[in-house]
Amino acid sequence: MVKVTFVAHDGRRFPVEIVSGMTAREAALFNDVPGIDGDCGGQCACATCHVHVDPSWIDRVGCLSDGSMEADLLQFAEGTTEESRLACQITLDDRLDGLVLHVPEQQY
Amino acid sequence: MATQAIPQELDGAELARAVAGIPLAEIDVARPSLFQSDKVGTFFERLRREDPVHYCAESAYGPYWSITRYNDIMAVDTNHKVYSSEAKLGGIAIQDMHSDQSNLELEMFIAMDQPKHDAQRKAVTPAVAPSNLLLLEPVIRERAGEILDSLPVGEEIDWVKSVSVELTTMTLATLFDFPWEERARLTRWSDVTTAIPGAGIVDSFEQRRDELIECAMYFKGLWDQRIDQAGGNDLISMMANSPATREMPFLEFLGNLLLLIVGGNDTTRNSISGGVLALNRHPDQYDKLRSDPALIGNMVPEIIRWQTPLTHMRRTALEDSEIGGKRIAKGDKVVMWYLSGNRDETVIDRPEEFIIDRKSPRQHLSFGYGIHRCMGNRLAELQLRIIWEEIQKRFHFVEVVGEPERLLSNLVRGITRLPVKLHAH
Repeated sequence: MVKVTFVAHDGRRFPVEIVSGMTAREAALFNDVPGIDGDCGGQCACATCHVHVDPSWIDRVGCLSDGSMEADLLQFAEGTTEESRLACQITLDDRLDGLVLHVPEQQY
Repeated sequence: MATQAIPQELDGAELARAVAGIPLAEIDVARPSLFQSDKVGTFFERLRREDPVHYCAESAYGPYWSITRYNDIMAVDTNHKVYSSEAKLGGIAIQDMHSDQSNLELEMFIAMDQPKHDAQRKAVTPAVAPSNLLLLEPVIRERAGEILDSLPVGEEIDWVKSVSVELTTMTLATLFDFPWEERARLTRWSDVTTAIPGAGIVDSFEQRRDELIECAMYFKGLWDQRIDQAGGNDLISMMANSPATREMPFLEFLGNLLLLIVGGNDTTRNSISGGVLALNRHPDQYDKLRSDPALIGNMVPEIIRWQTPLTHMRRTALEDSEIGGKRIAKGDKVVMWYLSGNRDETVIDRPEEFIIDRKSPRQHLSFGYGIHRCMGNRLAELQLRIIWEEIQKRFHFVEVVGEPERLLSNLVRGITRLPVKLHAH
C-alpha cells in the first residue's frame, strides 16, 4: 500500500492509502477526497484532476514535460504553477509512499 | 437513398425494423431531417452494434467516416496531432468551412491546430474560468429569477422563447459587457451563424454574409472603445488587450467572436429546454428532484449528456491511421458523433434513460475531450444549476403540454419550441 495525503484548499488533510500501481486520481476518487473531478475517466483528456505536488516531492514525481498531452491540457487550467500535474498521470508506487498533493480551489 | 425512404410516422420497434433493412453501405446519418424528426438515434444504435466506424461514400457533404462508440470518439478527440481541426482542411463540422458558397473564410481558434489555437484560447479562457464565474453567479441568479417571476402560471407558454433564449442571451450579454438593450442582436447573430439558408432563419448565403459582417462592424465599435483600457474582464476587453489576439485580421476577429457567441448560446439554450423535456419523459426522476433538490448538481451534467447539444465535431486525418480496425486515409473526414457516444451502452449504464443521480454523471462526451474541450463547460453547468435551483423554488411542475419542435440541423441538437404550463407549489 502507498500512503498519499491530499491537502484541500482550506487546509483540511485527507490521508488515504491505495495499492501500488494505481494513480493519484484513483486514490482521491476511491476515497471520496473532495475537489478532484477527473471527468474524462483518467485518460489525460480533460484536466479536471489538477493538483499541485508539494515542493518537497516534485523531484521524485517529476515536472510536466513540454509537448506532452498533459502539458497541452494544463496550459488552459486556472492557477497553474511549476508544481502542477494531473493526478491521473501520477502512478503511485513505493517510491512515492508518503506523497503530499495540494488540491486547487476549483477544477476547470 | 434508402435513408430517405423511412416513413415519417414510424417509431420504436417499427422504426428499428425499417432501419435494420437498409444496406449498411447506404446509411448516411448526416441528413439533417433525421435530427429534426429525432429518429437518428435508431441509426446510431445500429451502427454502434454492426459497424461502429462507418464509411459513407456519398453524402451531401462528400465521403465521411462516422465514429459512433464512446471509446473510439475519445481516441480521436485526444489525438490532435493526427486528427486536425484546421479550417483550411474543412474545420470542425461535417459541412466544410471555407466552402465557396459562403464566401466568408472565417477563422476561429476552435478550427485551428497548435500552436496558434493554444495562444488564442488562452487569451479568452479567464472570462469563463471558475474564479470569474464566482463573480458572475449572483448576476445570473438575479436575472434568472426575474425571468421566472415574469412568467404566467397555468397558461401555455413556449419555454424556449420565454426562458431558454432569454437566460442564455442575458448571460452572453454579461460576458461581453454588451449594450443591454441591444442584446437580442446576439441571439440573432448566433442563429445566423449556424443557419442553413432556406431553413427559416436566412434566405441565402448572401444574407448570412451581410448579417455577419454587420455583426463584425458592431463589435469593432465596442473593441475600439475598450482597446488600451486596462482591467476589463469581459471577453471583448480580453481579446482587445491580449498580445495573442489584439492584432487579429478581420476574418479571425469575426470568427472568434462568432465562436464565443454560438458556443455560449445555442448549446446552453438547448440544454435548458432539454432538461424540461427529460424530466417530463421521466416522471420518476422529477419526483426524485422534488424530494431532494440537492440532486441538481448531479442532474446538470446528466441533462448535458441526455441532450448532447452539439451532435458532432469533425476532424481531418493528417496521416494514415486506424480506428476500431478500419483504415483511415490521410485527408479523410472523420465525424465524432457525440450524440451516439453518449448513448453507448458498453460505457454508460442504461444510456437511453435520464437518471439524475447517476454515478459519474460528468463522464460524457458533450463537451468533447482533449485540447479543444469546451471552454465554457463550467459556465454552462453554472447556468443550468442556477435556473433549476430557481425553478424549484417557484414551481412544483413545469409541464410539457405539446410535442417539442426540433431544429433542422445535423450539428446543433436544437429544440425550437416547447409548449409548457407552469404549476406553482
